[in-house]
Amino acid sequence: MLYSIGKDSSVMLRLAEKAYYPGPIPFPLMHIDTGWKFREMIAFRDQTAKQIGFKLITYTNPRGVLEGIGPITHGSAYHTDVMKTEALKQALDLHGFDVVFGGARRDEEKSRAKERIFSFRAAGHRWEPKAQRPELWNLYNTRINPGETIRVFPLSNWTEADIWQYIRQESIPIVPLYFAAKRPVVMRDGQWIMVDDDRLPLENGETPEMRTVRFRTLGCYPLTAAIESTAMTLDEIVAETLGATTSERQGRIIDHDGAASMERKKQEGYF
Amino acid sequence: MDTLRFITCGSVDDGKSTLIGRLLFETKLIFEDQLETLKADSMKFGTQGERLDFALLVDGLQAEREQGITIDVAYRFFATPRRRFIVADTPGHEQYTRNMATGASTAEAAVLLIDARKGVLTQTKRHSRIASMLGIRHVALAVNKMDLVGWSQPVFDEIALTYRRFAEDLAFETITAIPISALEGHNIVDLGHAAMPWYEGPSLLLWLETVQTVDRDTARPFTMPVQWVNRPNLDFRGFSGRIASGSVKPGDSVRISPSGVATRIKEIVVWRDPSTEATAGQSVTLVLEDQVDASRGDVIAAASHPVECADQFEADLFWMSEHALLCGRPYAALIHTKSASVTITYIKHRLDINTGAHLAAKTLGLNEIAKVNVSFDRSVPFTSYGENKRLGAFIIIDKLTNETVGAGIIHFALRRSANVHWQALEVTKIARAEMKHQRARCLWFTGLSGSGKSTIANLLEKRLHTKGKHTYILDGDNIRHGLNRDLGFTEADRVENIRRVAEVARLLVDAGLIVIVAFISPYRAERQFARSLFDPGEFIEVFVDTPLEECERRDVKGLYAKARRGELKNFTGIDSVYEPPQSAEIHLQTMGLAPENCADQIVQVLGSEKEIRPPTYPM
Repeated sequence: MLYSIGKDSSVMLRLAEKAYYPGPIPFPLMHIDTGWKFREMIAFRDQTAKQIGFKLITYTNPRGVLEGIGPITHGSAYHTDVMKTEALKQALDLHGFDVVFGGARRDEEKSRAKERIFSFRAAGHRWEPKAQRPELWNLYNTRINPGETIRVFPLSNWTEADIWQYIRQESIPIVPLYFAAKRPVVMRDGQWIMVDDDRLPLENGETPEMRTVRFRTLGCYPLTAAIESTAMTLDEIVAETLGATTSERQGRIIDHDGAASMERKKQEGYF
Repeated sequence: MDTLRFITCGSVDDGKSTLIGRLLFETKLIFEDQLETLKADSMKFGTQGERLDFALLVDGLQAEREQGITIDVAYRFFATPRRRFIVADTPGHEQYTRNMATGASTAEAAVLLIDARKGVLTQTKRHSRIASMLGIRHVALAVNKMDLVGWSQPVFDEIALTYRRFAEDLAFETITAIPISALEGHNIVDLGHAAMPWYEGPSLLLWLETVQTVDRDTARPFTMPVQWVNRPNLDFRGFSGRIASGSVKPGDSVRISPSGVATRIKEIVVWRDPSTEATAGQSVTLVLEDQVDASRGDVIAAASHPVECADQFEADLFWMSEHALLCGRPYAALIHTKSASVTITYIKHRLDINTGAHLAAKTLGLNEIAKVNVSFDRSVPFTSYGENKRLGAFIIIDKLTNETVGAGIIHFALRRSANVHWQALEVTKIARAEMKHQRARCLWFTGLSGSGKSTIANLLEKRLHTKGKHTYILDGDNIRHGLNRDLGFTEADRVENIRRVAEVARLLVDAGLIVIVAFISPYRAERQFARSLFDPGEFIEVFVDTPLEECERRDVKGLYAKARRGELKNFTGIDSVYEPPQSAEIHLQTMGLAPENCADQIVQVLGSEKEIRPPTYPM
């Protein structure tokens, strides 16, 4: 199961715990680490793995490390290609996983809205959006040939509001970054970017200011914008989510890399 | 708050995607950043001039936006103070009807769009029949583009009447006709537009908010197909699955199908605190009082209403593959949590999409619907689809391509499966074979015409005969003179040809003989079917591997020359495919090897002490 440390992954983790309870989760969780995640995410990841006791695999693309690829020096598109898409494919091949669970939801983005719950991948992890298998009822065809894989999205029909309501109902632990707090941020292209470590080069005249912000979605910190918010409890987050006038993906800078960019990334193997 | 799952369907360009986009817009469910993207996209791809093209909100694939069509079903989510909605926007093109069926299978209601200028089309009817077959009972007939027919009431009334007449023999409980303009937004959310004062309501959104779908599953007796046996340690053994109907409490008496064993519920496990009750739709792990045996695909049910089992059914089948359905060919199938192998034994009739007439059919093509008899290779617990969708629906999968090719719903079990019992005979196959001092076997020769199958088979039989073995040859040409003389060389007939020969071979092996079958048998699926009739180790596939060029050079019967001249259709290797075995027990590469040596090689394998291991196949 892919584990990105975000809220959807936290829900997936709880569902997996429940599904196999009282036994342990029978498969490992895998985190594709780009090296640019918020520090609080990594701390939360390691603490959660220890607490629950699942097997955690982390993987970072060695080529990316060797060439020093990052979102600031190489741009968001190239960074995502190498450190997420390419890394994911490498990791899946390395471990020979033929079925992978992911926490993607159909309400996130237009091309995701088109994807099956059991999403079939041809050899080389390619998604063929024009030739998806029919998927009737909850009868999932899991037959594949060697080299082919399936990505399974159990949260397909959940909405962002569902996720928050479930987290509240089940008291599921989540990364503190989702709650409002005073954090050092700079304004770039109309978005609040958090200065999580000293790798973020400040431009002329930029000085980090402390603002009360939180995150609706988490990823690589230079590519994930914060929103101004005072929501410090789950109740306040749920209320804010239900009244939101922008989509959660607005804070994801990689989604704006050209029209239909998500579909293209997915075809190439992105989750 | 309850959730309504519905689809929008109808023919191409009836305005389905535009309608959904409009619904999202009017219910304020388009976020500001999405609206900005929509504005930009409308300039780039839009078909509405300066105005917003709402279809672009839903058509999420690049190819869809470029072509202005919907290819695959899109799921969107919205809510009003009264209800939450999951809408599946399904494609109108006939080519993508299977994607429409994908959306319809999980929907409770349908918004069927009709272009007011075009009226009821074939594709309108096709979608209606599929929706009805899959159990949708409530339809809003949204007559769209009223602006283009001058908001005319007579036009609307005529379409509504035509549709109601057509739908008389379908299973819809309510049909509500609503005149709309998705483009202008009329009668979508509010009524009272000056253009259609004659229409009194409801608006489409009001219909969606108020349409009464009955949850029949919760009120029915308890059933749960076992998805997984949860056994983390010696102290715990539970049966996990999603409850298909009814509810369950600790202490309830239950019965397991097919074993028929009765016991009680000891505990319902979901998470750390045990549950006191669980109902339809919930995923749970059940711990039973007694140490009973149950596995994936079994069904746990209320003891007062145990679930029936059968292996043959009458079913409706929707075919979703460009490759036609072949009666007698074994396919893989999945019914609730049970995997099985199935064959369609008989097509009772195919449905004429337009008229509903029952047509005779030997095969089924893409997007066709038929009433069929289906035979499972094992007894499966089931209910009719009408009683419970989760226990009465199945999908059919091509064993070779792994594509999902068919979707079926069970009407009832065929009585013959309950009444024709297997007669247990006391003299066994082993006893018969031992009397002949041999092990009964089926040697299945496959290969191109002219590859040497008959020659080698003949030599082999002579060798075995001199060793005192009891043998028999089933030769392709010879059988076609008698038993199979009614069959030709189409794909469907070739499948039936092999099915009959395989059954005869099984009888002869049962009689204790060593049977040599020499048939081209070009398709893997049928050879796998033949194999499935025999016990492990009994069936030995012999691949007589002679290259096509060599067979054609020999051309003993002059058939290749005929086929090349076009005088012989469906000839294997020329205009009909040969699928070579992937792992035959014996692989004879005949080039540079005399037929005598080939026969010796087989005798050697048969005589060797070690067991001949069958290759492993997926299911």
